[in-house]
Amino acid sequence: MAEASLAAGHSAAEHATTTGLNHRKVLMWAFLGSECLFFGSLISTYVVYRDHSLVGPFPQDTFDIPYTSVSSFVLLMSSLTMVLALAAIQRANVKEMRVWLAATALLGTVFVGGQVYEFTDFVRHGLTLSTNLFGTTFFVLTGFHGAHVTIGVILLTSLFLNSLRGKIKKEDSLTVELAGLYWHFVDVVWVVIFTVVYLLPY
Amino acid sequence: MATAEHAIPMSHPAPRSYNGIWSWIFTVDHKKIGVLYGVTAVVFFLIGGIEALLIRSQLMVPNGQVVSPEAYNELFTMHGTTMIFLALMPLSVAFFNIVVPLQIGARDVAFPRLNAFSYWVFLFGGILLNSSFLFGGAPNAGWFGYANLTELPFNHATHGIDFWVLGLQILGVASMAGAFNFLVTIVNARAPGMTFMRMPLFTWMTLVTSFLLIFAFPVLTVGLIELMFDRLFGTNFFNPVAGAEPLLWQHLFWLFGHPEVYILILPAMGIVSDVLPTFSRKPLFGYPVVAYSGVAIGFMAWGVWAHHMFTAGLGPVADSVFSMTTMLIAVPTGIKIFNWMATLWGGAINFKTPLLFALGFIAMFTIGGLSGVMLAAPPADWLENDTYFVVAHLHYVLFGGTIFGLFAGIYYWFPKVSGRMMDETFGQIHFWLMLVGFNLTFGGMHVLGMDGMPRRIYTYPTGMGWDFWNFVATIGAFTIAASTLVFLYNFFSSVRYGKLAGDDPWDGRTLEWSIPSPPPHYNFAEIPVVHARDPFWVQKYGGEGHGHRQMAPVPIAGGAHDTENGHAEHAHLNIPMPNESFYPLIAAAGLALALGGLLVGLPPGQVPDFPPSWVSVVGVLTLFVGAYGWALEPAMDE
Repeated sequence: MAEASLAAGHSAAEHATTTGLNHRKVLMWAFLGSECLFFGSLISTYVVYRDHSLVGPFPQDTFDIPYTSVSSFVLLMSSLTMVLALAAIQRANVKEMRVWLAATALLGTVFVGGQVYEFTDFVRHGLTLSTNLFGTTFFVLTGFHGAHVTIGVILLTSLFLNSLRGKIKKEDSLTVELAGLYWHFVDVVWVVIFTVVYLLPY
Repeated sequence: MATAEHAIPMSHPAPRSYNGIWSWIFTVDHKKIGVLYGVTAVVFFLIGGIEALLIRSQLMVPNGQVVSPEAYNELFTMHGTTMIFLALMPLSVAFFNIVVPLQIGARDVAFPRLNAFSYWVFLFGGILLNSSFLFGGAPNAGWFGYANLTELPFNHATHGIDFWVLGLQILGVASMAGAFNFLVTIVNARAPGMTFMRMPLFTWMTLVTSFLLIFAFPVLTVGLIELMFDRLFGTNFFNPVAGAEPLLWQHLFWLFGHPEVYILILPAMGIVSDVLPTFSRKPLFGYPVVAYSGVAIGFMAWGVWAHHMFTAGLGPVADSVFSMTTMLIAVPTGIKIFNWMATLWGGAINFKTPLLFALGFIAMFTIGGLSGVMLAAPPADWLENDTYFVVAHLHYVLFGGTIFGLFAGIYYWFPKVSGRMMDETFGQIHFWLMLVGFNLTFGGMHVLGMDGMPRRIYTYPTGMGWDFWNFVATIGAFTIAASTLVFLYNFFSSVRYGKLAGDDPWDGRTLEWSIPSPPPHYNFAEIPVVHARDPFWVQKYGGEGHGHRQMAPVPIAGGAHDTENGHAEHAHLNIPMPNESFYPLIAAAGLALALGGLLVGLPPGQVPDFPPSWVSVVGVLTLFVGAYGWALEPAMDE
C-alpha cells in the first residue's frame, strides 16, 4: 500500500484514496471548477452591459492595447516560471524551486502593479466605479481578478518563505503543484478577460 | 489489535486534550459537527416558525392589526431566508456530516478542519443576519431581494438589505466549504469495494447536491457582490439611470435559485430512498434508475431558471423553452416516485415514525409537484404567479417534501447518534398532528391563489372571498406549532430517557448500522471491505437481501459487537484521529468580522466613504492568523 502511494509520487505517510488522487488535489480542481462559475458570472455581466453605457469614457477611448498586451505577456511568462518551479522540486532541487517561485511571484507583482498603474490612469481620464456601466463592470471584474492574483502572490511567497525554513521537500511537491494549478487558472481567466474585454471589437 | 493500515496516519498520536464544552468548540469530528449543525438548525427553524406564526396571526382575519406593514415585510423576508438558509440547508448538512462517512465506511470527512470551519461560518452568518432585527431593521425585500427595490434609492430607511447581502455571502462560504468537503469525501474516501453503484442513495444525493452547491453559489455570490457594490461603493450594476437592467439580478439570482431548490429537496429524497427499503425489508426498487435520475435532476436543474421569470417580459420564445425544460424535469422526479412505490409494493411494512414521514413525503411532494406542473405552463402561470398558489406549491414541496423527509431522517438516525430510541407514540402523534396541520395551513392556499389573493400583502379587505381559508390556514399554522412542541418534547426526553437502541434497531441495510450506537470516535475499528449494495444486510442475511433470514446474523469484524470483552477491547484501540483545532474557529470569526465590519458606521441612505471600519481590518488580520495557523499546524497528511 505504501509502495503504491510512493509510485504515485505521494508522500509515504499518505493513505490510499478511492481514485488514487490526493484529497487536496481533488479539492483544488473542484474549487477551480466553482471559480469558473464565479468569473463566468462577472464576465457575463460585463458582456451583457457592453454598449449599454449612456455616457463615456467608453472602452475604445480608454484602452491601451499595447500596454495591456505587455502586462498579459508578463502574466503568461509567470505561468512558465511556475511550471519550472514545480519541475525543480520534483527533481528535489529546492534551491532552484525557490528561484522560480520568486520569479513567479515577482512577475505576478509586476502584473498587479501594471494593473494599478493602468487603473489610476483610467481614473485620471474620468473612468471610475460609478461613472457608467463600463466603469462599474470593468473595475469589478478586473479588480476581483487582481485580488486573486494578489492572493496567489501571497501564497507563492509563503511557499518561498516556508522552503527557507526547510519545510518543502520533494515529498511536498504536491503543495507546489496545487499552488501551480491555482496560478495557471488565474492566468487562464486573464486570457479570457483580455480577449473578451480588451480585444473583441466594439 | 486493529491494524493502523487504514487509519489516518499522523506524526504523533492525538491527545484528547479538551473536555466538556471545549471539546465541542474545538472539535473536528464529523459526528459532533453534525450535531452542532442539527441543533443550530432546529433553533433557527423555531425562529423561522415564530416568524410564520406572526405572519399567520396578521392574516388570520381581514384588516389585521397584529404587525405594521413594514414589520410584515421583514417577517416574510426573514421567514423565507431563515427557513431556506438557516434551517433546511443546515439540517441537510447535519445529516451529510453524521451519516455519509458512516455509510461509505470512512473514519471522517476528507477535511475535518474545513468541516469545523464551515459550521462556525454558518453560525456567525446566521447570527449576523438575525442581528439586523437589533440594528435598525431586518431585510424587507423578500428572500430573493429583487433589484432595484433593494437599491439605495428605494431601500435606505434601514440597513436590513446590507445585513442580508453580507449575511448571505458569509453563509455562501459555509455552504461551499461543506460542499467541497463532501464532494472530495464521497469521490475519494470510500471504503475498499464501495463503488458508486454500491453507495447508499443518501450518499448519492449528497454527492449530486454538493456539485449543485459548488456551481450555484458562485452565481449568487456574484449577484450579491454586485448589489453590495451598488449599495456600498456606488457602482451601477442595477441602476437604470445609468442604463442598467434590473432583470440581470433576476437572471443571476434564479440561475442560483433554481439549483438551490434541488439542493433543498435532493437530500430529503436521499433519506426517503434509504428509509423506504429499511421499513419495507426490501431493496430499493430500480436503484440505478433512482441514482441516475438524481444525477439527471442535477444537470437539468440548470436549464429551468427562467420559469421564475415568466411574468418578467422575456417574450414567448423564452417562455416556451423554459416551460418545456421545466415539464421535462418532472420526468426524473416522477421516476423516483414510481420507484419508491415499487419498493413498498410487496414489502413487509414496518409502520414506524420514520416510514410515516417518508410516506408523507411521497404524498405531499407529489401534490407539490402537480401544482408545479401547473405553474410550468406560462399562460396559467401568468394568473398564478405572485399569488398564494405559488405559496401553496413551494410549501408542499419544501415542507411536505424536505421537512417531512428531514424528520424521517431524524427519527431514523436518532438511535445511531444518541444510542437511544425516540418514543414511538409521541412520534406518531407528531406525524399525524403535523400532517393535518400542514394540510390545513397550505391546502386552502391553492384556492386562495386561484381566487386571486396576492403574495406578500400585509392585510386584505373583507368581501374578497379570502376570509375563510386564511382563517383555516392560521389554525393550521398553530397546529403545526403544537406538533413541533410534541417533537421537541420527544427529542429532549428521548436523549435522556429513551430506550437503549443497540447498534441496529431497525434491522438496517447500510454500514452505519454495523457499528455501535453512538459510534466510537474512530467510527470503524477496521475499515470494512464492501462486496455488495446494502452491504450490512448482505453480511447479515446473504444473497439478494430480500429480507428472509437465511442464516443467523453474522457480526461484521470490527463492527457490531455485544460482549463486554468486545467493548473493552475496542476501547483500547489506539487509532489515531485528527487533532482538535481552534484555527477553523479563528478563521471563521475573522471572515465574519471582515465582512460584518463593512456594516459598522454606515451612514443612512448613502454610499459610505472608503475605507471600511477598523472592525473589517481586524477581521482580515484574524482571518490571516487563522488561515496561517491552520496551514502550518502539525496535523496529518490528508
